[in-house]
Amino acid sequence: MTAAPPKPARVQLFATCLGEALFPETALAAVELIEREGVAVVFPPGQTCCGQPAYNAGFPEEAREAARRQMAALAGDLPVVVPSASCAGMMKHHYPRLFTDPAERKAAEQLAGRVVEWSEFLVRVLGVRLRDAGPPLKVTWHSSCHALREMGVVPFAKALLAGLERVELVPLSRETECCGFGGIFSVKHPALSGAMAADKLADIQATGAERVIAGDCGCLLHLQGAIEARGLALRAQHLADFLRERTHGG
Amino acid sequence: MADSGFEARIEQALEDEALRRNFASALGAFAARRRSVFADADALERLRTQAAAIRDRALARLPELLEELESRLTANGIRVHWAETAAVGNRLVLEILEAHGVRRVVKGKSMVSEEMHLNAFLARHGIETVETDLGEFIIQLAGETPSHIIVPAVHKNRAQIAKLFREKIPGAPYTEEVTELNAIARHTLREQFREAGAGLSGVNFAVAETGTLCLVENEGNGRMCTGVPPLHIAVMGIEKVIERLEDLPPLLRLLTGSATGQRVTTYVNLISGPRRGGEPDGPREVHLVLLDNGRSAVFADPERRATLRCIRCGCCLNHCPVYARIGGHAYGTTYPGPIGKVLTPQLLGIDRAGELPFASTLCGACEEVCPVKIPLAQLLRRLRAEAVRGPAAEGKSRAAPGAAPLERLAWRAWGQAVKRPGVYRALLAGGRWLGGLLPPVGPLERWLRAHAEPRFSQRNLRRLLRKKGIPDA
Repeated sequence: MTAAPPKPARVQLFATCLGEALFPETALAAVELIEREGVAVVFPPGQTCCGQPAYNAGFPEEAREAARRQMAALAGDLPVVVPSASCAGMMKHHYPRLFTDPAERKAAEQLAGRVVEWSEFLVRVLGVRLRDAGPPLKVTWHSSCHALREMGVVPFAKALLAGLERVELVPLSRETECCGFGGIFSVKHPALSGAMAADKLADIQATGAERVIAGDCGCLLHLQGAIEARGLALRAQHLADFLRERTHGG
Repeated sequence: MADSGFEARIEQALEDEALRRNFASALGAFAARRRSVFADADALERLRTQAAAIRDRALARLPELLEELESRLTANGIRVHWAETAAVGNRLVLEILEAHGVRRVVKGKSMVSEEMHLNAFLARHGIETVETDLGEFIIQLAGETPSHIIVPAVHKNRAQIAKLFREKIPGAPYTEEVTELNAIARHTLREQFREAGAGLSGVNFAVAETGTLCLVENEGNGRMCTGVPPLHIAVMGIEKVIERLEDLPPLLRLLTGSATGQRVTTYVNLISGPRRGGEPDGPREVHLVLLDNGRSAVFADPERRATLRCIRCGCCLNHCPVYARIGGHAYGTTYPGPIGKVLTPQLLGIDRAGELPFASTLCGACEEVCPVKIPLAQLLRRLRAEAVRGPAAEGKSRAAPGAAPLERLAWRAWGQAVKRPGVYRALLAGGRWLGGLLPPVGPLERWLRAHAEPRFSQRNLRRLLRKKGIPDA
């Protein structure tokens, strides 16, 4: 691991398409936790979707268009903070390989070099210390595959959770197994996706925790949707929302 | 893409509780054994890097290496045959057997022979093949195909095997004791080894430098098949060649560790020729059939070529959350699991197997354990794009598109929206207005099979941010 980058005065927020359409509170919470540390956040208005849905669905040309748009919208040299590991992974690891034109490739690499997943930014760059203001609570953690394997940011999320004194983190028995979202997979193979969600929910329930925390809006959409379809007394929550809730007024 | 019944087979497999239990317990055990044998993560990483380099080095000069292999093998007295297709390979094996008047063959485990459908072909020509690997023996009795490339009967539990033996083997008692089941199989097979006119086997690696065929196994049946009958015929995919004998140890270490979590297999067979003058045993003739069957086309593409690094350890199957739930048969192909989803469309054609690459969440668990670091997720994406474009899109004429026209249209519209922030914002506003009132058709209908209705947030992030004083810049 490289040395922690210096704390910037300002960062750009990439809210992600799911963040804008379905989870605006999560994006707000992510912003609040950054600003609390004295770092200003800007929201470049031309941003849309990172392009991962098309990229994984077999439509690389459409993904390229999306990438071009984000490269234009997020121009500059500020860090780009992304509250979703899979979108961050798309921009960091896949944008450069989408382009063969040297100038475009260079621009993609320039953006890739600035992309930071939100929990990593909080821990490595801001060095946040959280004050837990909530009641005692048992939670479990779901590692998104991109957080775990592509971005390697799970330790940062866990460090943040470990900083909450009254939160007990009970690990899943199969923490590294995919929840079954997979974007297009969830609609191409609903039975399989549902079976994987059912197993993940059973694992969550077995921990005795009533809340599962994750850092990816895709997994959360999938897990919360499956929870509601089954009427379970569980809640899937983004790490940013959870940290904001625990530290509110703190 | 034509409906091949893939989805129906998936649903059927998901409903089979016993099947899921059998897979979950067996795969969990393999994964645990692998972890214990590769406890040092840094050492494993070095070994994987080394193995990937060995395989790449061999593939980089595959044509010359195959020629070198042929000449070394020939010098060692092994006869080499080239088969461009499975049909040619089958014909070659049949001709050799017929020339020797062989009516019954004992066979060690070979996935290439499964790819060729060799047993069925020989049966049609009046030649009986007897599978001697315990797992293969079980599924041959059951009239099934392998559900795993290393453990072909992994879908069956002990009780199912006990019942099968009782039904199919004359005089066999019902027993669930592993040692007794083994004894029944061994007793049944012993006579076959003695009487068979030929032995068939696969090949794990072929060493070009020395003209050596390497075959690993745990039951000794492979050694019997290749050593007892007067004639030995090996079949192998052309990608299994390696340059030097010194390349073998790291590959074997990774193969057995990744496959079954063993440090070494019980038997490591190095075959370097038929019986020589004065030797008391061994086959009088050894033949090798080198099968292409689409591999040259994989080789020709620099990105796809990484597929051919595969050493068939089955580790990606053992760690795949999709494979663990549906088992091997649901794929409907010789090679199941992650490597099957990547290899099959390349061997059979994207028009025939284009739906396979989509049966993945791209979770990356396979890639993480692959001993030769095949970029499986990236290859799956590449093949998805090819499936969408349709088979002949790279060529001259415009072929029928692979993706459904509506899906294509939807993505085209999506592409237009994400590059125009104004349109995108209008769509977001439309979503807020609609809330959860989208019509449950198409992808949403499929989403709703496992999920509650997704709801667009009623809150406008951009306005909320502005209110908080976050500038749009």
